[in-house]
Amino acid sequence: MSRAVYALWHRELVRFLGDRARVVGSLGQPIVFFLLFAGALRDSLRVGTQTYGEFFFPGTLAMIVMFTAIFATITVIEDRREGFLQGVLVAPVPRAAIAFGKVAGGATLGALLGAVFLLGGFAFGFVPFSFAALAGGLAVLVVLAIALTACGFALAWCLDSTAGYHGVMMLVLMPALLLSGAFFPRTGAHGIVRALMTVDPLTYGVGLLRHALGNVDPAAGVPAADVCLSVTLAFAAASLALAVAVTVRRSARDAV
Amino acid sequence: MNDDARPAIAARALGHRYGSREALAGIDFTVARGARYAVLGPNGSGKSTLFKLLATILPVQQGELSVLGVDLREAPGAVRARMGVVFQSPAVDRRLTVRQNLAYGGALFGLHGAELAARIDEVLARTGLTDRASDRVDALSGGLRRRVELAKCMLHRPELLLLDEPTSGLDPSARRELWALLRGDPDLTVVFATHLLEEAEAADRVLILHEGRVVAEGTPGELSASVGSPALEVAVDQEALPGALVLLATRFGLHPIAFGGGLRAQAHDAHLLVPEVYAALGSKARRVSVSPPSLLDVFFARTGAPFPDGWMPPPAQQVREGGRR
Repeated sequence: MSRAVYALWHRELVRFLGDRARVVGSLGQPIVFFLLFAGALRDSLRVGTQTYGEFFFPGTLAMIVMFTAIFATITVIEDRREGFLQGVLVAPVPRAAIAFGKVAGGATLGALLGAVFLLGGFAFGFVPFSFAALAGGLAVLVVLAIALTACGFALAWCLDSTAGYHGVMMLVLMPALLLSGAFFPRTGAHGIVRALMTVDPLTYGVGLLRHALGNVDPAAGVPAADVCLSVTLAFAAASLALAVAVTVRRSARDAV
Repeated sequence: MNDDARPAIAARALGHRYGSREALAGIDFTVARGARYAVLGPNGSGKSTLFKLLATILPVQQGELSVLGVDLREAPGAVRARMGVVFQSPAVDRRLTVRQNLAYGGALFGLHGAELAARIDEVLARTGLTDRASDRVDALSGGLRRRVELAKCMLHRPELLLLDEPTSGLDPSARRELWALLRGDPDLTVVFATHLLEEAEAADRVLILHEGRVVAEGTPGELSASVGSPALEVAVDQEALPGALVLLATRFGLHPIAFGGGLRAQAHDAHLLVPEVYAALGSKARRVSVSPPSLLDVFFARTGAPFPDGWMPPPAQQVREGGRR
């Protein structure tokens, strides 16, 4: 099984690097977002003692990981449509290998792109550099990337079209990102929004990034570090379990 | 009994339903080791469902199915390492090179390192793709892409190849090339689904499916002989087809079916009818001839249904396809 997982992981990386538009889009879009928001709101919005750029930086990291997870897992639908998945299903490997291989591939890409942006953040002073921040930030990126890619994989496996996936993305994944405390602090939000933010697992992922990077301002209302860690690990484990469960489920539609 | 003495495939009362729709209604057949076995049938006959069952993509719902001695109801995964499957839809990654596709395909079957590299070189040579190994698959013609599929399925040296419409979309010369690759390995069992008569007639045995049931099973020779009568083939212009059909039915008492831009009808005295049909059709007749009974007639004789459109592409279309390449 490990060889199959390795092969599927490697294929994701080779396909990604062979698609220049995807490389540029995955990293470029969040950078453009970050520069526009951080630039536009520089003097008009502060969160406690933080400039908006400093506040938004961990959120952008989460956004990079999420977009990479989306683009990586949307290939599940392409793989099925193009027949590649059938070829994997008749190979003597457990179906879980497909989930592990795809998630490992997408998560590697998400964590790598996040790491590139993180290094840029250190270089341009959006986050104060320390080895603890670097190591902690990278570790959280990996866990978050696994959680989001596994979540995207499970969604993609259950959907038939890339258009349907886009729909679910706009309805579920984007609101989850918007409500994660990546764009605005929890403290000033309306009660309903704040309640939604409390149940959004990404709130704790972004919170964990803030803790790891020493980016916590009391005014942002970030949950405690141990809560963030527990919820994020549980989110990753649950997403991974879901990704495996959907592949193991045998049904007629798998054979399409 | 050891595995080698068992048939490659044995199906007993094999059925499959998609919800309330019955795709296979309890079929029986056996494929001997080393045979070239064709599954012939129009769209919706249950061919694809049968292939998905054989390929272990669908679970066995009703009846029994054993492949290479393995009962698929109990251990479907156990047989995967011993068979190769070529699907109708391509299972190669168009954005990767031929060699990359083979490397990933081999890794899924547990091959690695020097052995994988050697096997890749071996199948590339066997399929005549050595020169194209570094090309991306989307730069290859349809025929070459099919060869990549076949190469991928041969990497792990399977005992059984399942090919679902392997020559679908290929012109006649690419079809011949593909079949040539599969000759010369007497130990390899090849089971293929097709809607092309010429491919089925070249098989050792043929299973004809219609609406989820077995219509006929046997060697092409046995099946054709079971029909008995030769067939009268009449080629006319498209606009004259309805008139000719009525003429054959009323004046000559035949049961003609339209196929390949012409008409075909079984008749004991077909050779005697040739001049009479010519005379009756006059200038509308392009060709009137007698052909031995074929699987086409077997299907008609056993089902009472003519061949659905597209079951046999008209000769004119084949010529056009050939000319495009």
